[in-house]
Formats: sequence, structure tokens, C-alpha cells
Amino acid sequence: MTAALDRPTSVSPESVSLPKRHYLNSGYTVRSWLFTTDHKRIALLYLVSITAFFVLGGIAATLVRLDLMTPQADLVRSETYNKLFTAHGVIMIFFFLVPSIPAVMGNFLVPLMLGARDLAFPRLNLLSWYVYMVGGVFTLYALLAGGVDTGWTFYAPYSSTYSNTYVMATAVGIFITGFSSILTGLNFIVTIHKMRAPGQVWFRLPLFIWSIYATSIIMVLGTPVLAITLVLVGLERLLGLGIFDPRLGGDPILFQHLFWFYSHPAVYIMILPSMGVVSEIIPCFCRKRPFGYEFIGFSSFAIAAFSFLVWGHHLFVSGQSIYAGLVFSMLSYLVAIPSAVKVFNWTATLHKGSISFDTPMLYALGFVGLFTMGGLTGLFVAALAVDVHVHDTYFIVAHFHYIMVGGAVMGYLGAIHFWWPKMTGRLYPEGWARLSAILIFVGFNLTFFPQYILGYLGMPRRYHIYPPEFQVLNVMSSAGASILGVGYLFPLTYLIWSLFYGKVASANPWRAAGLEWQTPSPPPTENFARTPVVRHEAYDYPAIDNQQVEEGLR
Amino acid sequence: MIDDGFRLMPEQASTLAPSVDLLYYFLLSVSTFFTVLIAVLIVYFSIKYRRGNQQVDRSKGEDHSLWLEVLWMVVPLLISMAIFAWGASLYYSEYRPPDDAIEIRGVGKQWMWKFQHPSGQREINDLHVPLGYPVKLTLISEDVIHSFFVPAFRTKRDVVPGRYTNCWFEATRTGTFHLFCAEYCGTNHSRMIGRVIVMEPAEYERWLANSNMQESPLAAGKRLYEEFRCVTCHRPEGATGRCPPLEGLFGRDVKLVDGTTVPADETYLRESILRPAAKVVAGFEPLMPSYEGQISEEQLIYLITYIKSLAKP
Repeated sequence: MTAALDRPTSVSPESVSLPKRHYLNSGYTVRSWLFTTDHKRIALLYLVSITAFFVLGGIAATLVRLDLMTPQADLVRSETYNKLFTAHGVIMIFFFLVPSIPAVMGNFLVPLMLGARDLAFPRLNLLSWYVYMVGGVFTLYALLAGGVDTGWTFYAPYSSTYSNTYVMATAVGIFITGFSSILTGLNFIVTIHKMRAPGQVWFRLPLFIWSIYATSIIMVLGTPVLAITLVLVGLERLLGLGIFDPRLGGDPILFQHLFWFYSHPAVYIMILPSMGVVSEIIPCFCRKRPFGYEFIGFSSFAIAAFSFLVWGHHLFVSGQSIYAGLVFSMLSYLVAIPSAVKVFNWTATLHKGSISFDTPMLYALGFVGLFTMGGLTGLFVAALAVDVHVHDTYFIVAHFHYIMVGGAVMGYLGAIHFWWPKMTGRLYPEGWARLSAILIFVGFNLTFFPQYILGYLGMPRRYHIYPPEFQVLNVMSSAGASILGVGYLFPLTYLIWSLFYGKVASANPWRAAGLEWQTPSPPPTENFARTPVVRHEAYDYPAIDNQQVEEGLR
Repeated sequence: MIDDGFRLMPEQASTLAPSVDLLYYFLLSVSTFFTVLIAVLIVYFSIKYRRGNQQVDRSKGEDHSLWLEVLWMVVPLLISMAIFAWGASLYYSEYRPPDDAIEIRGVGKQWMWKFQHPSGQREINDLHVPLGYPVKLTLISEDVIHSFFVPAFRTKRDVVPGRYTNCWFEATRTGTFHLFCAEYCGTNHSRMIGRVIVMEPAEYERWLANSNMQESPLAAGKRLYEEFRCVTCHRPEGATGRCPPLEGLFGRDVKLVDGTTVPADETYLRESILRPAAKVVAGFEPLMPSYEGQISEEQLIYLITYIKSLAKP
């Protein structure tokens, strides 16, 4: 093998130029964007809006971390602090993490990976974005006009009876946005069933599609329960029905059952797509088939199925029956198995690979490490007696940030970097990108690892002021957050820069498998000039590399 | 003790703490082992099989292995089931108070803790307990959900409006320990903190004797029983026929008009005082008026304490 073949990015860039006609220049007017039914353009609409929400949620997080530098409230008042962490949670969960990979990468990639021209319901897809935006604007109004102080979990009866903040408006916004999630999931399920290219049988599908499919099932089945729960909170506030109010015969714990019946599976809406992304990136940068394709694929479904059976592990100290606690604890451990399977499979894929460390790979490896730590601390949280101690402390905060930021966000950034050349036709500066991946990894660990210790020491979450002995660890965490913040600003800057000055990308800069790489970068509006026919399994990297060797010898 | 400076583990101050910590250390070892295993493998493979390294044998790079994959499903399953069983047995004993425990009543409200000792002493945000005696807390909230959390005891229990919850502990060290509210409860959630003060039993007795003596819950309950005119129907000397007798009621199973059975526990008694028509005893008419809005959580506790005392004539 020659060196030139080994380094895809070293293929002389002068030989590549942007295609004359592609989806980005098929219309420049605002109208051509706002009324588009092209899944790729809708993906970019989502990308822009989701990035804006991420920045807002990040600003709230920064203020929270700044405030916690000192044990006494030195920056904001209690009311403001409570509104800040609520805004951070609501924005990041409902308007960033849940839609992130499905709505941006899923919208862009699902049709391309299936060799299809668009999603099954293109106009429904556009509607999903509008629904998302209407919900988002509604919630944003509530958060900026007066704020909400209930926490993103909206526990009753605080949210339904006691809070004097903008609970209704926020809940309405989330309720509306939920429909966007349902519609997107529905669209993906139908598309994956009906629009696969000839020859693309289920076991030739990319693992990203498997994970998006599993995610869509959760979205379609779980989201309506959240919607109903929010409607009940609304009715309770407006009419005082007493569903959650014990003075009227209601049950405040009922709210928690309903809420977590959606919100626990929602964690897998956030993490499964990232697992799909990592299952694409690792084989590509190892030049190797993923180890145990079927096991990775089926484990996505196992996770989706088990995710609906474990909500009660959020209620171990709530006063639910001891026996319910036992059952939910045992079921929670079952989710650990398919997750462990994936981690072992990714690691085994590295074995005897030909590994290169381009930015997407750094994010993917970072994901594996952080997800492993987040997942393993899940064992602590599911262990009943240990959970009793760490429940509602910073241990929980650390645990779910390892999954949702260390996992989901790392996967999202990996996906952006992997498919950026396909989406924009441009390459980003590799050096800056690798630096940012490392900064984010280091900053993340410095931010959240101290919180595990803080939690076991007993610092409760959502505390505005805290006893002075917790200060050292809090300062470490805040310092880490500033590194993390800088790490996030890098991609924001150089990705925008690359749009104008980045090197032009070839159709397949990573020499990756997958149908999306068999069309120009950026793709034409109709995706493929001719419908591709699939004759191989999804990850035949040995064949791709052999073919290139032959072409090189010719 | 409070204000001990920087540390990596919380103090152990209850009989439960060492056993929870033992499980914690076990979990810590298991997760450290797997984290290091994965990290070492990733780094080792990354260096050995880096693309620049042409000196390495990449032939027979497998893409599946059934025995390996079954192995790494079965091993985590066995480990996690062992952790489950361990955690479950601790949890079971944690929420099953011993019969001889000292029963202290606690009420949470935005944003304070109110406690009352069996002999009547009341305190706010402080909780004095004797060393080496099991203490059972019966907790209820006046408004939103709070959570009783003492890190040094490794115990926590949500304090819920409308139902009684329990937890228990036996302190093993004298001193002052943090009492936190762990469930977010509104504006001053982080100021809803108190102290648990563990004293030598003799000192605790002295404290009880010297602190502001109040009417005991039992006496208060008896007084309220008469003031609220419960005594008109529920007469101690025997049933009038119009209402179910309360003597020996507590802890029994009660048959209802709809044919179902409920245990006559504190939550049932509380509901029957507030909403008498909700669960009517078989053979009786729902004649009793509701005391909703006329009786406070503390008064309810006194009444129930008195009714419980009727259980043992």
C-alpha cells in the first residue's frame, strides 16, 4: 500500500471542485428555504435552530457554574438561580438533545443512506420543523418573559399548585414540540420500511439506520405520554382538578410515574443515535467491518424495549413499595447488558484495524470512554441502597451528564465532523478540529468528574447555596466548565469559517462505505442521479481498500 | 461532623453507613476495572494498529465471534445480578424499621423541618437523637414534596404531602451532621437545611428534660379527640352502632362496603379523617363529616397517635 492511498485527505484537493448544481444552490431566496421539502435543507434548518438553542442552554449553564464558584449566593438571587437551571434543563433536553441527531443528522442521512430521493412524507417533515419552532418560540418566550422555576422535571404538586412562574406557557411549548418528535419518528419508520434501495435488505442497513429506527419507536410510543402528563399539569393549574393534589384526593407520585414513563426512554432517544454515529465512524477509521454487526444492531432494539420498563428506578426513595423498587432495580440492570455489548463490540472493532485519528474518530473514541464511565456509574444508581444515598445529589448530575453530554453531545459533534464535507462540500481545518475534540474531552472530565465525589459526599442537586466544605470540588467543576465552553466555541467558529474558506471536499473524503458517499458533495436535490443498487453488506471496507489498491496499480 | 474541610468520602455515622460504603467500594472496583480495561484496550489497539504502522499482522481480523459475544453478555449479567441482590437486601432492611425504634414525627414545609419527640418536645430544623438506639421517622409534608437526607447516615426518604413515609437509622457517632432537603421544593430549597445532633443517651434524656416540654402527642390526641367531637360517635365504651369501633383497629385489615380490604395504617386513618366517604367500612353508612381544612398535619398526627393507642387496650 502506498502512503497516498492511506491518507484520504492527502488526495490533492485541486483536482476536486464543487458540483455545479447541488441542493444548497438550487435556490437562494428565503422562500426557497422556508418552503423547502428537501430533507437536506430541512436538516440545515434544524441545524441552525438547534445550535441557537444549544448556545442559549450553554449560557444558562455557564451562569449556574459561575454562581456555584462560591458557597454563598454571590451572583444571582435564589429565584433567578432556580430559573437558570430550569432553563438550562428544559432547553438542553427538549430543544437540543432530543431533536439533535435525529432531526439534523437523521433528516440529512436517512434518505441518503437508503438510496432514496427524500423521506416518505417530505411535507410532514417540513411541518415537523415548524412545529418544533413554534414550540421552541413559545417556551423561549416563557423563559425570557418571566422564567420557570420548577426544574425540567416539573414535579407535582410544586409545578401544578405552588409555583407562581410561567409553568403553563413552558409546558405548552414542550407539548407542541413533542408533536415534532412524533412526526419525525413516524416519518423515519415509514421511510426505513418502504424506501430502501433495491438489494438493501435489513442486514445490509448501516447501523446508524438501526439506531434511528429504534429511536423512532421510542419517540412514537413515549412522547404522547409526556404530552398527556403536561396536559394534566395544565388542567390541574387551570381548573384545580386535583389529579396530583392530595388535598383533593390526588396523588403527587402519579406525576412521577407518568413523567418518567416518557423521560427515562427519552434518555435513550438522546443516546441511541449517538451510538449509531459511533458505529459508523469507528469501522470507517479502522478500515474494518464492525465487530458483531448483528449484536450491535439488535442491542439497539433491546435498549429501546427495556427502556420502557425501568422508569420506577427514579422513585426508589419516593415511598413506592419496596417490592416495586426491587423489580425496577433488576430490570434496570438488564439495560446495562446491551449497552455493555456495544462498548465491547466497538473496542473489538479496533483490533487488527488500520486506525487513523481524524477528528470524527477522536470524538467517537471520546464517546466510548465517556459513555463507559456514564454507563458504569449507572450500576451505582440502579443499586438500591447506594441509590438511596446518591439520589438527587450531584452524583446523579455527573452520571447523566456523562451520558447526555459525554455521550450524546460527543456523538453529535462526531457526526457533524464526519458528515460535514457531505453536507457542505467543504473540509474544515483538521488541526483546529482535533484540538477542539481534545479540549472538550479534557474540559468535560474536569467539569463532571468532581461532581461524582461531590455527590457521594452528599451535596444535593439544585442547591443555590451550599456548605463551604463542598467549595473546592465546585471550583474544579466550574474551571472545567470554562475549558469545555472554549472547546465548544472552536467548532462553532471554524465550521462557519470552512463554509467560505474551507477546502473543497470530494464525494467521499473518508473513503467510507455507505450510499451517502456515492453521490457528489454536496448532493444534488434529488440525491442520486440513478437509484443505487446495493450488492454488498454495509461495511465492506476490505473490498473498498482492495479496489483502490487495484485502481492505483492500474 | 460539619465543617471538616476537604475529603473524598462522607463520614460514617450510622449502622447502615459502613454496609452502603462497602457496596460502593465494590461498585467502584468493578467500574474501575472495566473502565481501565476498555481504556487500556483502546490505547493499546490504537498504538499497535495505527495506520502508519505497517509492521503488524492484520490478517484474520475477525468481524464476529459468537463465543466472545456470549461471554461478554453473560459476565456483565452475572456481575450486575450480584450487585442487584446486594443492593436489594440492604434496601430491604433500610426501609423496614425495627419494632422497638423510638418514633419521631417529622413534618416538612416550605422551607423548614419540624420534628416532635414521643414525649412531646418539638424542634425546628434541629433533630436531637440518642446514640445507639434505632430511631424511626414518620414523615409527611404540608405542601410540596421534600426529601429527608442525612449523608452521614446514608439515608434518604421523600417527604410527600398526603401520605406518611418512613425511614429509620441508628446513629453510631455523636456529633452534628447535615440534614438536607434533597427534593427540589422551590425558592429556598437550598436553605431548607438542618442539623442532626447525635447525643449520648443520658445526655439526650437530659436534653429532653430541659427542653421546652409540650403536651405529648398522645395527650394532645386525646384532647383533640374530644375537641373535634370524635367522641360523640366513636365512644370508647363501645360502638353506638352508627360508626365503626376504633379500639384495636390499628394494623388490622378493614373490610369496605365495596368488598375490598385495606390495612388500617396511618395513611388510611388520615384519609378517613379528611375524606370519610372515600373508604367506608362494610356495614356502615358514610355519615361522618369531613375534617378537610379544619385540621393541621400536626393535629392529624396527634389524633392518629391517640387512635393507635386505642389499638392496645
